[in-house]
Order: sequence, then structure tokens, then C-alpha cells
Amino acid sequence: MTYMDIMLILESTIRIATPLLLACLAGLYSERAGVFDIGLEGKMLLSACIAAAFAYYTGNAWAGLGMAIIATLIMSGIHGLAAITFRGNQLISGVAINFLAAGMTVMLANAWFGQGGRTPQLQGDARFSRLQLPFVDQIKGIDYIGPFYSRVLSGHSILTYAAFVAVPLTWWLLYRTRFGLRLRAVGENPAAVDTAGISVVKLRYAAVGICAVLCAMAGAQLATAVPAAGFVKDMTANRGYIALAALIFAKWRPWQAMWACLLFGVLQAAAIRYQSVDIMGFRIPGQFMDALPYILTVIILAGFVGKAIGPRAGGIPYVKER
Amino acid sequence: MEKMPKWADVVLIPLISLLLAAIISGIVILALGSNPIAALKIMVHGALGSQYNFGNTLYYATNFIFTGLAVAVAAHAGLFNIGGEGQAMLGGLGVAIVCLMIPFPHWSLALICSIAGAAAAGALWALVPAYLQAKRGSHIVITTIMFNQIAFALLNYLLVGPLKAPGGMEPASATFPATTHLPNFHDMLAPFGIAFSRGAMANFSFVVAILACVAVWVLIWHTRLGYEMRSLGKSEPAAKYAGISPFKIIMITMAISGGLAGMMALNNVQGEAERLILGSVEGAGFIGIAVALMGRNHPIGIFLAALLFGVLYQGGMSLSQDQTLRIPRELVVVIQALVILFTGALDSMVRMPVEKFFISLRQGKAAKAAE
Repeated sequence: MTYMDIMLILESTIRIATPLLLACLAGLYSERAGVFDIGLEGKMLLSACIAAAFAYYTGNAWAGLGMAIIATLIMSGIHGLAAITFRGNQLISGVAINFLAAGMTVMLANAWFGQGGRTPQLQGDARFSRLQLPFVDQIKGIDYIGPFYSRVLSGHSILTYAAFVAVPLTWWLLYRTRFGLRLRAVGENPAAVDTAGISVVKLRYAAVGICAVLCAMAGAQLATAVPAAGFVKDMTANRGYIALAALIFAKWRPWQAMWACLLFGVLQAAAIRYQSVDIMGFRIPGQFMDALPYILTVIILAGFVGKAIGPRAGGIPYVKER
Repeated sequence: MEKMPKWADVVLIPLISLLLAAIISGIVILALGSNPIAALKIMVHGALGSQYNFGNTLYYATNFIFTGLAVAVAAHAGLFNIGGEGQAMLGGLGVAIVCLMIPFPHWSLALICSIAGAAAAGALWALVPAYLQAKRGSHIVITTIMFNQIAFALLNYLLVGPLKAPGGMEPASATFPATTHLPNFHDMLAPFGIAFSRGAMANFSFVVAILACVAVWVLIWHTRLGYEMRSLGKSEPAAKYAGISPFKIIMITMAISGGLAGMMALNNVQGEAERLILGSVEGAGFIGIAVALMGRNHPIGIFLAALLFGVLYQGGMSLSQDQTLRIPRELVVVIQALVILFTGALDSMVRMPVEKFFISLRQGKAAKAAE
């Protein structure tokens, strides 16, 4: 493996990690506020479809993202209605949302474009292009730093940079603002938040709303950011579940979420580049690499490598008069 | 006093939920520019219109009975087994190993052994999350989701590698020997002088599924174990106080649940494909959730709900083949999602007004009696 190989793997790591990170942060907001969300997959899928469809119609990737945000907000609204207002089972609601998105996206894409559940190829401004960081041309030629700067750091979509900026932002919002304190409190002890005269319902809806926006960005990245060129059926390919795994791996904390997503990203990037990996004469099949994020999550969940304890009120609907 | 009569809980509320799902599905079809009534006609005919169609409906229903029972058994003990998909995949592996390794003289012997193989493999796959839940407190929903993904990777590995049929192009095992093939409805009904469609997919597994329904009914309501499971499901502290070991019950319940999900492979792997194919579960594990919800975790309810979903599934297939309406078969997925949404997550949205109605009805009666 040469230095350039490593750079290529890191480049695709960043690209693969972006939708994971956005979805993972989305789940972070929701679950920190006490609303489990296994519907990340579905929301991302719907957003990918809507973003691609409207980017194609308008020729503008931003318009696609805007419509995707509206669509995921509606989806999150359904989840909120079930989980917050009607105190239903959040897990079942999440399952329903994943199903709904899997079916709706194909039907919509088919009805609009008649291409068997995919959108037409996107071109030009209908896609988020690669952004060049400053001084790329000057630095490109320098040994070691050059390829790292021009390939790994530069040349990603604006959504990628937004995802990585969202990490410190989320940290700041959660740990340094009043809203963040309340958001965390409502996931730990909603009764206390209620007693303090703050609306549990409003806070949880706010968290679910933020979750929707981030999911929309994740989906838009998948379908409309270069080199992607449109929506195809089931294109999220279980990334929502990997994001969920990353969230547990990170123990519901933003910085760790970023590292977890990068770790899972590098695993996948390596698995794509090398169909099977040889370690000291022992052959590891690619399928094992695919399953590794899930296996690691189970190990973490089992507490063998530190215990992952979620927000205490997670998954439990709040009933005022209890 | 109960807030409303039992029939309202068991029949009325699922019906209203179903109606809501149907209305929204109709709106979706309208929005796609097709006629919902015409779509409904095609679906009903496609599911029930001929022996062939009806046989396929029963085939899908058989899958859903197994996965529905799996979800229900776990639910009685307060566990949400979302891993039916993975457990059914592993069940397929169990069936494949049994059918490919042992030379059977007759299908009945093969069936007995493959039931054991399928149930054992499914149970084993469910036992790891069960152990982690019972001993280490890991959330069973998350672990079973992870195990679904791991199962897929495992099967993918086996079916492109060690188990792949020699010379085959697709990820699938070799075809099972003819002596393991289960009789289909045509073969089963012929001795009685009934000529059933030869091509329909329904097979002897349907009978096994009905027996499984009876067994689950006996287990839950007429055995000590079932009582202990239900106690744990109602209240863990109370169950502990009564001397019931949560660890033991969680392990046994999940083994039974996983075993039932695994037995689905009798139908789709041994009964129909007659070899193990990657992705042959087709989401039946998740549909089991909807079936159990609609059937109120009762075997009779599950049987009926599974039939309904069989109709939906087979009807949806016919719908997607219809050239005039041009509705993709994903409509079925949407309808399933709506049923899960209304019967599961939005249950109290339907329940609350119905409860109110019955309370006001009763108060009206009481007021009249007082006069």
C-alpha cells in the first residue's frame, strides 16, 4: 500500500462518513431529547428521493435540499405525533417510517419519471459540486502534504463541510446553551423539566425537527452531491442503521459520533477498495468488513468495551400526571 | 370496570385502523393518478380470484403466520423482537444444512429434521441478543437490528463462498434433493379428489403453521411457562417477587420466538425455492410486527391478520403486473407501513375517541337507569 493508496482511502472515507455523520447527529438530537429514532434510514431515503427529484425539476441542488427538508419535517411530524402527542411506541413508529419511505420513494420516482423507481441523471447545478479549498494549486505539488490537502481535505461538497462544522456546533449547543441543557434534561428526567415550567412536548418536537433537517442533508448528500447523480431505489443501503450503531458507539456524544462515523467510513472504504483483506496470512472476507460496524456495536452494547448507557428517559413517552 | 367491551378492543379498533390505512392508501393511489376502486378490484381478484392466486396468498400468509407468532410470543414477555428477519434467514441456513447434508428417504422425515434445524438455527440467532439483554442490559431492539445486518452479511458470505452451488452464477445454494421437497396443495388435495392448481406456491408448511398457532395458544394461556412469560411481560418486579427468574424466561422466550421465525424457512426455502437464495426472506420478518399488532398477539388474530397480509402481498403482485394502472408493487409496502403506523404507533389516536364514545354511552345508560 503506497501513500497515495492511503490518501485515496481517506478521501472516500470522508465521502462515506458524511451521510453517516449527518444522520448520526440527527439521531443524537432526537435521542438526547428522549425520542428513539430508528426511522433515520427512512427519512434519509425519502430525502434522497425528494432532493434528487426537485433538483432535477428546478436544476438547482439547493431547491432539492429545501424540498427534502420539508418532506423529512412531515415524516418527523408523524413520528412526533406518534411518539410525543399520542404516546405510542416509538420503535414501532420508526419501523413504520422506514417502510413508508421504502415504498413511497419508489412509487413517487416511478410516477414522476417512469424509470422504475429512479430519478434521471443530474447534471450541472442540480448537483452539489466539489468545493476547492484555497491555495489547492499551490499546495498540490508539495510531497505528502500536497495530496492530503488537495484530495482528502479539499474537493468535497458543501454538505460535507457542513457536517463536520455541525460537530463542534452540536457540542456547543448541547453543553453551552440553555436550550442544550434543557434538551439533555428532557431526555434524562422530563418530569423535572416539566416542573420547572418548560414544555416537554415543545422541546421534544424541536429536537425531532432538528433531526429531520439533518436527515434531509444526509439524504441530499447521498443523491445530489458529486459524484452521486440522482436517486436509485433503496440507495441508503442501511446507512441509517449504521448511523444508529455509530450513535451508540459514541455513547450519544457529538465528537465521539464524528470519530465513530469516520471509523465506520474507513472500514467501508477499505472494504470497497480491497474485496478481502489479508492480515498476517489470514484472509478476512469483505462481508466481515461489512458486518464489522454492527458487530462492534453489539460488543459495545454488551459493555465489554465500556458501557453504553443511553438517555434515561429514552423511548418512554412522557405522561404529565404520573 | 373496563373502559369498553372486549369486542371493541379486539375487532372494532383494528378495523378502524385498517380503514384509516385503506383510506390513505386510496388517496395515495389517487395522487398517483390511478383509480383506487379499480386498483382494489385488481388486488382482490389477484389474491382470491383463482385457485392459483389463492394458493399464492396462502403461501405468503404462511410466512407471516410464523413471523407474526414470533413477534407475539416475545411481546407477551415484554420483549420487542425486531430480529425476525435475521432469524428467518438463519432458519433458512438451518434448513439448507439439514436438507443438503442428510440423505432422506421420504419428505416427512426430512420435514421433521428440517423443523428441528430451522428452529434451532433461528433460536440460536435470537439467543445472543436475549443473553445480552438478560445479563448485560443491552437493548434488545438495537441488538436484534444489528443481528439482522450481521445475518445478511453471514449469508452473503456463505452463499457466494462455501455454500454456493458449483457452476451457479447467483448467490444461492445447490438445489435440495427431491426427497426433501414438500408436497404442495395440489399433491396434498389430490388424494381427496380435489384438483388444486398445480403451480400455486402454498405447501405443507401451511399445516405446520396452523399447528404452530395451536401450540402457541396452548403455551401462552395453558402452561406454567406461558403464565410466567405473561407475568414478566406485565411487571418485572412482580414476576421477580413471585419467584420467576427473568433471565430464564427471557432466554426461553427468545429461543421460542427465534425458533418460530426460523421455521418460516420451511415454507420459503424448503417448500418453495427448494434451495437457499440470498434475500429470500423479503421483509417477512418486519411484516410479522404488523401481523402481531393487528392480531393483538393472539394466534387466531395472527392467523387472520396473516391471511389479510397474504391477500395484500399477492394482490399487490398482481397489481404491479397490471399494465393499465401502472402501480409499482411498492404500494404494498406503503400499505404495510400505514397498517403498522395506525395499529401500532398511533394506536391511542384511534383508541381514545372510541373509549370516550363507550364511556359516554355507558353514562347515558346509567343516567336513564337512575331516572
